[in-house]
Amino acid sequence: MSKLEKVLYGNRLKPFLFLVGLILMLPFVVKSSYIFTILILIGIYSIVTLGLCLLIGYAGQISLGHAAFFGIGAYTSGVLTTSFQLSPWLALVIGMVTTFFIAYLIGIPILKLKGHFLALATLGINIIFYILILGLNQLTGGAAGLIGIPSLSLFGLPLTDKLFFYFFVWTAALLVLLLSLNIVRSHVGRVLRSIHDSEIATETLGVKVENYKVAIFALSAAFASLAGSMYAHYITFVAPPTFYITKSILFLIMVMVGGAGSVWGAILGTTVIMFLNEIIRFVGHTYFGISGEVEIVVYGLIIILIMMFLPKGLMHVISKPIQKLKQKKKVKIKSHKDMISQKGV
Amino acid sequence: MLKVDGVSTHIGKIKILHEIYFQVEKGQIVSIIGANGAGKSTLLNTLAGLYRPTSGTITLENDVISGYPANKVVEKGLSLVPEGRQIFSNLTVKENLLLGMFSKYYKEKKLAEENLTKILDMFPSLKKHLKNLGGNLSGGEQQMLAIGRGLMSNPKIILLDEPSMGLAPKIVYEILDTLMIIKEDLGTMVILVEQNVKAALKVCDQAYVIDQGRIIINGTRDEISSNPQVISAYLGIKSAGA
Repeated sequence: MSKLEKVLYGNRLKPFLFLVGLILMLPFVVKSSYIFTILILIGIYSIVTLGLCLLIGYAGQISLGHAAFFGIGAYTSGVLTTSFQLSPWLALVIGMVTTFFIAYLIGIPILKLKGHFLALATLGINIIFYILILGLNQLTGGAAGLIGIPSLSLFGLPLTDKLFFYFFVWTAALLVLLLSLNIVRSHVGRVLRSIHDSEIATETLGVKVENYKVAIFALSAAFASLAGSMYAHYITFVAPPTFYITKSILFLIMVMVGGAGSVWGAILGTTVIMFLNEIIRFVGHTYFGISGEVEIVVYGLIIILIMMFLPKGLMHVISKPIQKLKQKKKVKIKSHKDMISQKGV
Repeated sequence: MLKVDGVSTHIGKIKILHEIYFQVEKGQIVSIIGANGAGKSTLLNTLAGLYRPTSGTITLENDVISGYPANKVVEKGLSLVPEGRQIFSNLTVKENLLLGMFSKYYKEKKLAEENLTKILDMFPSLKKHLKNLGGNLSGGEQQMLAIGRGLMSNPKIILLDEPSMGLAPKIVYEILDTLMIIKEDLGTMVILVEQNVKAALKVCDQAYVIDQGRIIINGTRDEISSNPQVISAYLGIKSAGA
């Protein structure tokens, strides 16, 4: 138990078990293959948003270019498995390592920027990546995309089966969640939060702020790459529009809606936005006869509303009553104890 | 002993500090006073390694500390409490303090606990707030926390950039009292930068007046307090000569 407590300390165990239970239960409840696909995509995107949450919510650095890292993972997997016939697993790892180093090298100069300038620089990276995958068409297939990416298989189980892939994706997402939770609690997490509050003060305490900023940027990029590789092997086809800045902004909205200050918020936000996306499409198409990317308009509205009324995100709304309930319980227990001790006297 | 030997600092193309010379002896509190924009904060930031001096050297007990980045300077024993306190408002008081020992945290966790008790004994008002967020403290308590955080790394010298900023006079004197404790109990050298000249001259042993990046007057506390120029310019009293 002590080992488990080290990883899933204190009040983290219950929500984690709840999430595991939910993930195990959903395949029995959800019969529609369409919704199942969305659940898989939520798992994939959650890996990206978890990393982004560490970067934005904890270290206080913004990125509007994570779709590029998502794309680097997807294209590395795609190209290495189709053109070079490499094992998908090896390609996935190579993708993550490559992305980590690319993000690390990019991070050194751009993380010296702050606020809007950093946002623009990361946006620039995303655009450069988009142009590169369009231009390097011999390798990436250009605008037509890359087809015939093999599916993953694990211990002889073909992950083309949706159920298997669902469990595989969510296992990975849960592992990333565990890692993130532990980073947040560790000394590193404390340093990241202090960078968020005041870089100067953190530096005067002897922290090499740049190293931490670049490292968390690279780590979150590596998470995005992992998700990208999974995406490529699941859909078995990648094309440039998936990795444009609109996707980066979508990731950002997911984090903001869930609440950047909490790792759990990333998963919540991803889930909410993914389902909202489908609802908007469905309602827009059947009732208003609109097709195309209507959701963009709604996203804009969501950002404004979230910033105005829920700057801490949905997670804050959920966690607040739970905390109040806990406090009431504590007070009750305390008063009960006091009564007993008084009777004793 | 901290020795500043002909230090000049440029920010961009503008020369802010012009060949500054001064020193702090062991067990001394040194005040640096001056008007807005005189270069006080630039001087402290240069000492702490946030700016690199363009000429001159800074030595702390025979160890050259100029030219090193801020994180190395802290390891060499110089701690800066930056202007405006810069408390980590989303971290608890305990976490704020523990970050003060960042450079030694992994190697010496026991020492961290010891230092924590030592600092809390020095600032008892922080004890009851240990699990509260730093941002929820009052201004005076935040300043105590900032000083406590600066002391966590067992520095040889601590630099305070306007600790009286935005605080009630009574609390300013409480903080200055703690400086005396730091000096006497810990033997730490203190450099105090202040606009509140009256308060600064109450606690210091030596004072330097800085104007447009140059030290124009220096002397012991009594010399500075009775200097007609200081009296008319900084204490707001018309001196007999003026």
